[in-house]
Amino acid sequence: MSEAISALVRDGDSVAIEGFTHLICFAAGHEIIRQQRRDLTLIRMTPDVIYDQMVGAGVARKLVFSWLGNPGVGSLHAIRRVSEGPHATLEIEEYSHYGMVGRYIAGATNLPFYPLRSYYETDLPVANTRIRRLESPYGDGEVYVVPPLRPDVSIIHAQRADAAGNTQMWGLLGAQKEAAFAADRVIVVVEELVDESVIRADPNRTVIPGLIVDALVVEPYGAHPSYAQGHYDRDNTFYVEWDAVSRDEAQLRAWLDEWVLGLSGRAEYMERLGPEVAARIRPTGSALAGPIDYGTYR
Amino acid sequence: MSATGRYSRSEMMIVAAARELAGQRVCFVGIGLPNIAVNLARHTVAPDLELIYEAGAYGAQPARLPLSIGDPTIVSGAIAVMSMADLFGLYLQGGLVDVGFLGAAQIDRFGNINTTVIGDYAAPRTRLPGSGGACEIALNARAVFVIMRQSSRSFVKDIDFRTSPGNLGGSDEAAALRAAQGWSGRGPSVVVTDLAVYHFDEDGEMRLDLLHPGVTLEAVREATAWPVRVSAAMETTPPPSTGELHLVREVLDPEGNYTR
Repeated sequence: MSEAISALVRDGDSVAIEGFTHLICFAAGHEIIRQQRRDLTLIRMTPDVIYDQMVGAGVARKLVFSWLGNPGVGSLHAIRRVSEGPHATLEIEEYSHYGMVGRYIAGATNLPFYPLRSYYETDLPVANTRIRRLESPYGDGEVYVVPPLRPDVSIIHAQRADAAGNTQMWGLLGAQKEAAFAADRVIVVVEELVDESVIRADPNRTVIPGLIVDALVVEPYGAHPSYAQGHYDRDNTFYVEWDAVSRDEAQLRAWLDEWVLGLSGRAEYMERLGPEVAARIRPTGSALAGPIDYGTYR
Repeated sequence: MSATGRYSRSEMMIVAAARELAGQRVCFVGIGLPNIAVNLARHTVAPDLELIYEAGAYGAQPARLPLSIGDPTIVSGAIAVMSMADLFGLYLQGGLVDVGFLGAAQIDRFGNINTTVIGDYAAPRTRLPGSGGACEIALNARAVFVIMRQSSRSFVKDIDFRTSPGNLGGSDEAAALRAAQGWSGRGPSVVVTDLAVYHFDEDGEMRLDLLHPGVTLEAVREATAWPVRVSAAMETTPPPSTGELHLVREVLDPEGNYTR
């Protein structure tokens, strides 16, 4: 992880650590904090606790997003501290969910914009003038369009990949695929490294081809306190407890010292969390998909 | 918990919201209070309700009430799991969603919603979460249900920021724009609060139809920043049944995350 971040994430970059609640790569965010990157533009549909930690640690200049909060809990206080009032220091560029998805698609497919039926009669295009209105060339009304989004780096967490970076995931897919194809550089982080034959046995599940992957990191539990479907559960207790930590600047600093800056990486982080947390986030049971027969054709 | 007799105002609100979903088929579930109301409906008045979670699940059957709407329990056993591009494009914008169920920080008499900022956008007093999918849900779901706690700070004369359009300045304007701009939706249809249940009248304005037990009209007027319209046929909301309360307390939210 240290090597991948060091080689591929630079000061001033735009960075998307995507994953909609699911498969959010906290391990990569922590490594970016440890390596003290600065002036990053952080991109995520839902900034979540990981960007609260990164903004709190001072890596970011700007935030691009569509929903800002700690899901089911409340606010991201470190982000609020630098984005409210007349002396806000964090630059904000906001869209809606479909607007962000459309931006990634336009970026990934080399289009100048993405049209959508959203934003009509709202204040969002006033607040963000990059959301624009366009007359349909076919004469049937107006749509709103959003500009392409091409992150310098997208960081995608997934269940498994082979050594060439061919990546499979299941469960909620968010905009992981679109964010990866839109990016200049792609880091994939997986729970498990598998043989190429495992990937080829179920090609429908491949979301990101090794073709666009610049670095592959194998990092079990790399998404905690987010989750990896079938591997470990979302650590809701962590999300609830984060609220108090993030409310208080001193507590946040102490947390970053203890859990990020004071550790060498994810293995040490998991060791420190201990068996109690590992037990807490173990799935309560198994839910296997039935086997699929693709057939052979010689 | 502000208990009114044997149940709290929050419990009454959740139960009243769930009942409004009777007869609906496809419901897009927002974060927070909509999540518990919709799951209660699935266990009571709307067993065939298909839940769509914006995180990318259709026909979800959560085995526990998730804290977040992106929980793994909405995936296991769902009918379909898809990318958000497919969800927002094919399902929502394609016009397949009957009800979009939203929360709100501020709402006005015409059901326009703010979830973005309190105060000036450039230097907000309070930074709220923003749109998420709410803006496109409000425009493209056939009907929009809102569930929120009511006070003179949330039921306001003018919202500070229009995140999700309701009936704009009234039903005529809203209907004309919906037709001209090809929105799939017909706009807001019900607002459920901890005090009352409102539907929208022919002018596109909120009308109080059901007053929760133990709540006075005076209390509603104090908690509304405009002169609220009250239906001539106003009734008292039937209190939560034992079965509804059992589901909320024992099955859906044993830790009280939603009913506090």
